[in-house]
Amino acid sequence: MSAHLEIIEPGLATTIQDLGRRGLQRFGISASGVMDPIALATANALVGNATDTAALEITLAGPVLTSVGADIRVALAGADFSISIDGRPVTSHESHDLMAGQRLAIGTARDGARSVLAVSGGFAIAPMLGSLSTHSRSQLGGLNGGPLRKSDRLPLAVPRLPASPHLMVSPAHRRRAQGPVRVLLGPQDDAFGAEGLATFFGSEYAVTALSDRMGCRLEGPRIQHAGAVGIVSDGTVFGSIQIPGNGQPIILLADRQTTGGYPKIATVISADLPRLAQLRPGEHLRFQAIEEDDAVKLARAVRQQIDRIGDALIEVHGGGLTSEHLLASNLISGVISALEWIQADAATCGPPAT
Amino acid sequence: MTSDSLYALPRFCRSGDAALTIEVGDGIDADVNARVVDLDRALTGRALPGIVEIVPTYRTLLVCFDPTVLSRRTVEAEVMSLWPPVKPKGQIHRRWTVPVAYGGDNGMDLDWLAERLDTTTDDIVARHSAAEYRVYMIGFMPGFAYLGGLDPRLHVDRRPEPRLVTPPCSVSVGGQQAAIAPPLAAPSGWHMLGRTPVRSYDPRRTHEAFLFCAGDLIRFRPIGVAEFAALERAADAGEIIAEKEEVEV
Repeated sequence: MSAHLEIIEPGLATTIQDLGRRGLQRFGISASGVMDPIALATANALVGNATDTAALEITLAGPVLTSVGADIRVALAGADFSISIDGRPVTSHESHDLMAGQRLAIGTARDGARSVLAVSGGFAIAPMLGSLSTHSRSQLGGLNGGPLRKSDRLPLAVPRLPASPHLMVSPAHRRRAQGPVRVLLGPQDDAFGAEGLATFFGSEYAVTALSDRMGCRLEGPRIQHAGAVGIVSDGTVFGSIQIPGNGQPIILLADRQTTGGYPKIATVISADLPRLAQLRPGEHLRFQAIEEDDAVKLARAVRQQIDRIGDALIEVHGGGLTSEHLLASNLISGVISALEWIQADAATCGPPAT
Repeated sequence: MTSDSLYALPRFCRSGDAALTIEVGDGIDADVNARVVDLDRALTGRALPGIVEIVPTYRTLLVCFDPTVLSRRTVEAEVMSLWPPVKPKGQIHRRWTVPVAYGGDNGMDLDWLAERLDTTTDDIVARHSAAEYRVYMIGFMPGFAYLGGLDPRLHVDRRPEPRLVTPPCSVSVGGQQAAIAPPLAAPSGWHMLGRTPVRSYDPRRTHEAFLFCAGDLIRFRPIGVAEFAALERAADAGEIIAEKEEVEV
């Protein structure tokens, strides 16, 4: 048996994800892919992988796993989870060596909802339709087209420790996004009257427990349609906000159905999509309209953040932070997020359009 | 031939900062859908850097793009420069013949539909398999084909409560539409008339993982359970069992 990660406990909903399947939505194939691409890039960079290498996406309660036949390096980025190796607590957003036979236990999310566990070298698993991403509803990707199960064995592509130094995310770059979720109206905002739009922008919505990778289901004041509740089915994107007949918004996410028949009042801007991955059931959010040009600026900032993810990482010397870094950084426990870098940009974008 | 449902100019609807929905007409209509397919081919042919994917549906094209590479205004200008998209003369369409085992366990709503429409199951099978259908779009799940061209006599409202699970490879009707499902179980509010051994989607096939695409033509051929079983074995072995011909339209 070649070297592999063995799943001792699978966690709540642990799946293998990369950046998803592109160009196949026209055949009904959900893009799927990681919910928080910044977390994927960060976790991969911490263990020396290319930023789009497939990794484990962990939701709310994580797995327990062990490395069989190889010493490897691992790192967790995204939401803040408790982690231990052989019972010894270690921190997220930092690379750790997992020696053969050691047990990595990822507990529950303390803030945020999703994290990504990268392993050095990635997994030796064949892609399906160009991607390793798991899409459970169509039984695509991962090991068996579904979430990881007890006793699953994930073959390691590079079963050895990298020679590179240990890295951590600079504490200044760990912060969870705050503030309203920013949207552009459309494509079917004309299916709602002034009253419906006023409700949408004027109300607070709670994330319900029915939310998953397919959709973030919200609960709050009912959004009134101006006319028919249905449209002739058309294509959906990550961030489409559908309003079904009950007036309760659903934000479509990575695993969404490729086409839908409910009118879409607005679309979450691409820079705010990683935030959606971190929403926990029971959390509240508001929506705010912004200008398209500002949304594009923010998209550029996120792209730059991913392209320069290495700038946010610092070397760990002797297993701890240097005093220099401690002095330079605000120690804020929490979650790395796109918004951290782009809030400053947002301030220069002028007042939001409403 | 032009339809009243076609717009003189495309209507652009913003879908966030990374996508644009282009509406070319109104309603479920073969001419409108043909325009979608024409525009899809024209725009795909231009291969604009920054376009991530194009999704043709009944009456719209969803164009997804990378906003750091391409602007919405550029996509719109490109579409306007292609408008109206040229329909190639003597256009070749693929016409598929899809075998269907109707009724019984394969089509659990056939008897109900016959009763509802005050006719016989044979009459429904005859009407359903006499029509030539057009694939309007693939969506909802991998390889799920939405078809237009259903005999008006078979238009029936959807079930008030969708079934949470329907059999894989179902051939069904709902409202004025018909459909062929892939080999995956799925929820549906449509009426199940039969099942086909054809895998409209099979990720194991390296060529033609997806059989159908928007603009294809479909005919159904009724088969018995013995033939169904034989074809099912061939399909399981990875064979493409739908017959394909190319026709000029």
